Amino acid sequence: MEYAAPTTVDEARTLLTDNPGSRVFAGATDVVPQMRSGRPEPSVLIDLKRIDRLMSVAHDNGHWTIGAAMPTSELTSNGEFASVFPGISEGAGWIGSDQIQNRSSLGGNLCNGSPAADSVPAMIASEARAVIAGTDGERTIPVADVVTGPGQLSLADGEFVVEFEIDDPPAHTGDAYIRMTPRTEMDIAIVGAAVRVTMDGDTCTDARVVLGAVAPTAVRVPDAEAALIGSSLNEAALAEVAAAASVAANPINDKRGTIEYRVQVAGVLAKRAAVLAAERARA
Amino acid sequence: MTAIENPKTYKWVGTRPIRHDGYDKVVGKARFAADLNLPSQLHAAYLRSPHAHANIVSIDTSRAEAMPGVKAVVTGGDFPALDITDPNHDVSINVLARGTVLYHGHAIAAVAATTKAEAQAAAAAIEVEYELLPFVLGIDEAMADGAPLANEQNYQKFIGPSDPSNIATHTPLERGDADAAMVAADIVIDREFDCAHVHQGYIEPHACVVDTGADGKANVWASSQGHFMVRAITAAVLGWETSRIKVTPAEIGGGFGGKTTVYLEPVAARLSEKAGRPVKLVMSREEVLRSSGPAPGAKLRIKIGATSDGELTAIDGWMAYQVGAYGDFAGMVGAMSVASYKFPNLKLESWGVLSNTPKTAAYRAPSAPHAAFAIESVIDDIASELGMDPIELRLKNAAVEGDLTAMGMPHPRIGLVECLEALKASDHYQSEPAEGAARGVAVGFWFNIGEQSSATVNLNEDGTATVITGSPDIGGSRASMALMAAEELGIDVYSITPVVADTEAVGFTDVTEGSRATFATGKAVVEACRELKVELCRRAAQTMGVDEAEVEWVDGAAVSSSHGGEPLTLAAITAQAKRTGGPLTATASLNAAGAGPSFAVHCADVKVDEETGQTAIIRYTAVQDAGTAIHPSYVEGQMQGGSVQGIGWALNEEYIFSSDGVLMNPGFLDYRIPVASDLPMIETIIVEVPNPSHPYGVRGVGETGIVPPMATIGNAIKAATGVRMSSLPMSPPKVLKALGDAR
Repeated sequence: MEYAAPTTVDEARTLLTDNPGSRVFAGATDVVPQMRSGRPEPSVLIDLKRIDRLMSVAHDNGHWTIGAAMPTSELTSNGEFASVFPGISEGAGWIGSDQIQNRSSLGGNLCNGSPAADSVPAMIASEARAVIAGTDGERTIPVADVVTGPGQLSLADGEFVVEFEIDDPPAHTGDAYIRMTPRTEMDIAIVGAAVRVTMDGDTCTDARVVLGAVAPTAVRVPDAEAALIGSSLNEAALAEVAAAASVAANPINDKRGTIEYRVQVAGVLAKRAAVLAAERARA
Repeated sequence: MTAIENPKTYKWVGTRPIRHDGYDKVVGKARFAADLNLPSQLHAAYLRSPHAHANIVSIDTSRAEAMPGVKAVVTGGDFPALDITDPNHDVSINVLARGTVLYHGHAIAAVAATTKAEAQAAAAAIEVEYELLPFVLGIDEAMADGAPLANEQNYQKFIGPSDPSNIATHTPLERGDADAAMVAADIVIDREFDCAHVHQGYIEPHACVVDTGADGKANVWASSQGHFMVRAITAAVLGWETSRIKVTPAEIGGGFGGKTTVYLEPVAARLSEKAGRPVKLVMSREEVLRSSGPAPGAKLRIKIGATSDGELTAIDGWMAYQVGAYGDFAGMVGAMSVASYKFPNLKLESWGVLSNTPKTAAYRAPSAPHAAFAIESVIDDIASELGMDPIELRLKNAAVEGDLTAMGMPHPRIGLVECLEALKASDHYQSEPAEGAARGVAVGFWFNIGEQSSATVNLNEDGTATVITGSPDIGGSRASMALMAAEELGIDVYSITPVVADTEAVGFTDVTEGSRATFATGKAVVEACRELKVELCRRAAQTMGVDEAEVEWVDGAAVSSSHGGEPLTLAAITAQAKRTGGPLTATASLNAAGAGPSFAVHCADVKVDEETGQTAIIRYTAVQDAGTAIHPSYVEGQMQGGSVQGIGWALNEEYIFSSDGVLMNPGFLDYRIPVASDLPMIETIIVEVPNPSHPYGVRGVGETGIVPPMATIGNAIKAATGVRMSSLPMSPPKVLKALGDAR
């Protein structure tokens, strides 16, 4: 196994294309444990952290651009970003421990392909886009379209995520991400729920509801969104949100949780995230 | 701290000096077993069983032996076959399987190579042909008629020869007439409970370095709770005389009972012998969880009868402990640990049951936490049915001096009543639970043990002392030894250097287990110091020219009533040792009796999220009788550590096995010990009812603290939700399901 540390996107693209079996990484917080647990070693490990574009954050022209390899601790400590997207910031802030946060990245969290990735549901709720570099230049797709199943990506060989774009939200918009873990931290979500709402006074005018860890990928719940839009988030609407989220949940039984539990709690968390997002939207 | 009937005042005992080994541990200089490296050292790795139960038809190591860097390969065939009646038989076949693998992860072979990676690659290249055997994983299936045998070599050796079965032990205990008392009782509550396997979760994986020389002697550096135990078991498994092995204790990164046995050292010794080079063998975390000794899973049925005014009249209990594929004492101790209440009528049955799961090992008050979870839950239900305060009900029935344990032995002076009174008077119990929280309490007991210890105290020419013992320091015992020596000799605690010496530099000492180090080894230190004081007085009398009988040792100096001059300090006497009779040194060795039982009472306030089933601990207080707290900070540390391990056991920790017997959560991500943010500050109240069998009144404190937490939290969950949890862990999915079932 070799290690390479390119300083430009082009260099990284060439390394990835020229070396079959190579793999890009950012913080290596998933890659190294996977290798230690017996997964085959890549031919070349391509470190993306020396490429400035992948390590920076910018806000201009009505959207945010976030480098795919930037440590999540830099994002969560960015006060302006956290005030606009508290839900994305919360999700990113749940990854691992403080030490892990100095290595983990939005790009790595997404491209590891885990259904339980904490930063992904809120990114989808804000309709974040991924800019992908490949042999034929760059293309931009919704974050929701990157992961196709556990550990499975829509990216072609030689492609990797360079950065994320997130449009400024409309006025009176708030987002939230809540997860269930048996421990308070240092754990992996059994259920995660991100909600983003836009409020006009007491009435919800737009909503996105996304669940994590209860299906092969993070999933949007259109029925829950429909229940929120036009409502004042009263009890009846929230009960509908919970019911729709439980119906949308399609989890597995595993060491981390049962189907029965995940289905039930998906509804609870969707409801709670909606209430929190609306509080933030009104503030 | 609550001091009860301890009129003595001490200068050093009861103070809180910085521990002598603290600096090295804080700056990273302390050497744990995996820190040691020797010139030309090899690294070893295991091949482990992929099956829960199988015969090994053949093992071919030839391909592995030819691989790069490989210097030696061993299998079970490289070790003598011990007779089934040999006390080390089970450990010897657990160290490396002989002919049959008994659980997934059972070690089959080991390879020593130039690098760990080469050793691992070669271990994976060993070819094994298996004949799969039927296996059992649970207590009910193992105890069922016609169950497959977990281990065909098991002949119920604790209860006499018979046909092989899945029963390792059967321990019935009875007094009075429990059946009749149940009929006569005003209230009877009968419940079933179950507990998952849990692991001690010590941070430091098992590790050793062994250098077997051409002279046939082995130097072993190991992390363990007792290096004389490592010497004895390693010798037995190798078929060697004990004297061929020297074991040097490394610092230990936690044991909690799990390091009272041996996994690695005989294998490393044989590899080193074959390769002619030192061998380092270190388990991964995954190996620790799969293949070292967790605490057993258990099933319990507990029935308790009481009068309408809260007098507990009878207990009828059935307890089964799942001990792995070998006999283990864990199955016997559960019933024996019933000792907190008077119970005039008692009928208990405790079983050790075999299954194809890892061989269990001791874990802090082994088997008592399971029994206390069940019994203290039922007692709590009786209190609430009768509308009695849970502490009042326990006070009414609490065992005192002279009352019998389930084993029929009368308690010596004990402090359960004092602990209950201390909790009752505490700020925690006197305050209302926070809004939305509810409270539970429970009691715990542990016997504690004495066993053999040795100590040598050398007085140095500058007036300092070196205190040498053979008890590995797993909980601050160096500081405790130094404090007792300082108190005896009357010199500053920092003038004392406490040393844990190797097997050739100190007298035989049993394992640091049963909360015995400060009690038994401390007693040896005190005896050696007292012998030295007699000699110091004799030397002083000689120097002063007075009669020996007139000299007393006061405050670190010899004082004579008839001698007009200044008292002779210890430093003044040691400086003159060469002229007055030579070096001043004393050794005491003993087999200590009279380890005082220790009781604890815990109190928890919890909030339960009724939509997710998650339990948050809001406030937690541990009360425990320490006899006399030699170093109160380390007593508190033991109480807090036991509480936290118990909270993990109560809420989230569990071995999750697949239907094939494969542990599904062999890492700290999914084997969830608590993290700091899961816990409030654990408040402590030390009660001191001195143990009459120790010169300073010490009772062991290490283990009792893990006995009450599971029932304490279960009782608090019941108070919060009205639902009795009967299965450990009380994880969010189980609590949510129980709440749903109750609606």
